[in-house]
Amino acid sequence: MPSDGCSNSLAVKAAAGAQFLGPNRGPRLSKNPRAPLTEVPTTTSAHPGSPCGSASAKDSVEWEGRSLLKALIKKSALCGEQVHILGCEVSEEEFREGFDSNINSRLVYHDLFRDPLNWSKTGEALPGGPLEALRALCRRTDPGPVTIALDSLSWLLLHLPCTTLCQTLHTLSRQDSCHGDSSPGEQVHVLGLLHEELHGPGPLGALSSLAQTEVTLSGALGQASAHILYRRPQQRPSHQTQWFSILPDFSLELQRGPPLESQPYPDPHTPSMDPTTHLTFNLRLSKKEREAKDSLTLPFQFSSEKQQALLCPGLGQPTSHIFYEPDAYDDLDQEDPDDDLDV
Amino acid sequence: MFPELNNLLNTTPDQVEQGKLTLLCDAKTDGSFLVHHFLSFYLKANCKVCFVALIQSFSHYNIVGQKLGVSLTTARECGQLVFLEGLKSAVDVFFRPQEEPHPLQFLREANSGNLQPLYEFVQEALKPMDSGEAAWRCPVLLVDDLSVLLSLGVGAVAVLDFVHYCRATVCREWKGNVVALVHDSGDAEDEENDILLNGLGHQSHLILRAEGLATGFCKDVHGQLRILWRRSSQPTAQRDRSLTYQYKIQDKNVSFFAKGMSPAVL
Repeated sequence: MPSDGCSNSLAVKAAAGAQFLGPNRGPRLSKNPRAPLTEVPTTTSAHPGSPCGSASAKDSVEWEGRSLLKALIKKSALCGEQVHILGCEVSEEEFREGFDSNINSRLVYHDLFRDPLNWSKTGEALPGGPLEALRALCRRTDPGPVTIALDSLSWLLLHLPCTTLCQTLHTLSRQDSCHGDSSPGEQVHVLGLLHEELHGPGPLGALSSLAQTEVTLSGALGQASAHILYRRPQQRPSHQTQWFSILPDFSLELQRGPPLESQPYPDPHTPSMDPTTHLTFNLRLSKKEREAKDSLTLPFQFSSEKQQALLCPGLGQPTSHIFYEPDAYDDLDQEDPDDDLDV
Repeated sequence: MFPELNNLLNTTPDQVEQGKLTLLCDAKTDGSFLVHHFLSFYLKANCKVCFVALIQSFSHYNIVGQKLGVSLTTARECGQLVFLEGLKSAVDVFFRPQEEPHPLQFLREANSGNLQPLYEFVQEALKPMDSGEAAWRCPVLLVDDLSVLLSLGVGAVAVLDFVHYCRATVCREWKGNVVALVHDSGDAEDEENDILLNGLGHQSHLILRAEGLATGFCKDVHGQLRILWRRSSQPTAQRDRSLTYQYKIQDKNVSFFAKGMSPAVL
């Protein structure tokens, strides 16, 4: 059995991964359903009979969620769980790329990518198409905790009626309660990847009501962030935003937000450079410079010394006078002094 | 082939990446220069090319190809290029017995919405030869463009399925490449096109998006090109994965420059 520490860190991951289906997350977190989660502020309150967690991760073209899904799968595999993957969008080789052999040995890849609609007629297709593949996952009988990853829910949703998919998902996440002998520790965690732009509000709402945890991916300034909505039975849902990055080995690294959170609409395409680096003048003053600046009297400032200097001209200062001797021809007209200007 | 674009994408005809889906997208501008680039690029790279051309005639592509230094006629004669001329063969669909399969069979069937015959045509065209004729480096499928399939009445999911199968066969099995152009109408009410565009975006490894300038027409800057690398094996910062350049299309070339750095402006 994985240690509590393992499940806690899993919770952290789940918390960070906005792209996973929510419902899976809950069960994952709660290997021991009553163990407090470190990252989510409350304890998970899953009862033994409660639906297994399912989590959905919602991504976008710009912020892809498959690497987060793979990071969560890695975590599950490290906890000793068997991981079943229903792969509709990438080939098995591409999906397994980046995992080491230890993890790959725990993954069972159900390949719906190669021939999902049986066009090739080579017999490589999973019999019965996507729906039957999903139902086969529901019927699995191997003991022990299991994680089921659906890559992706979008593909399934585009090819199956929404109601059928939701019912099957419901069966999938509840399958442990069908086996009377299974202990709460052997729950099924369902992870789903959903491309949000591809679906209307109706199917999105239906899926999100099934999910216990919903992680929505976005990002800013080159840093991915996950908004996590976690629903607990009979409690208010909790929201959390977590910044993260995925390392090349698909381990998850939680991070603090980008430094410039105050910029509401940063342009991610222009590298942020400090505009004050190569100025020809100073933007700040040293203490000495500030004192010199404060002590300087500007020419237009009228002070008492200036007033004194104007009122009492000093002895040494030459005083000037204008002498004017009117010429005989000067025609001084008091009423029109500018008369001689020819205007 | 535009050498400056090769530099931006960090590729040359001598080192072709394999197993990739490249999505070309144009919004409020004409992105066909990207199609001409990839057509001449892969012909020069000695790849076997299947070109599904639904928009223009063979002679149009041939004339542009000659400007870029490739002859489509020669390539077709020597078997390097398989050209499906949609404009011509669309008519053939109606004048042949219905039993004979035709790649554009969907035109004749009111509600089949299935592109399996087109996929089988691509599969047949690019199937690796067993004989010693294996002179071509890797198979490449080029489609110009997928949006027109929507206009012809095919559903977005059917087009996505077609691309899915092309990926599974050409990219995964034969280690080749797929390049497809899709228009972005910018019309929020065109849901089918949005589903197609976003669905392909999620499948692709590289997205090249040509956009008209937000400020309108300009004589010296014809638009901007956004490059987005997805699904790189080494997760990197978003900043390194996404680049934006402005471009000017010339007679035989396209020049790229950083935003606001057009020689005409400086």
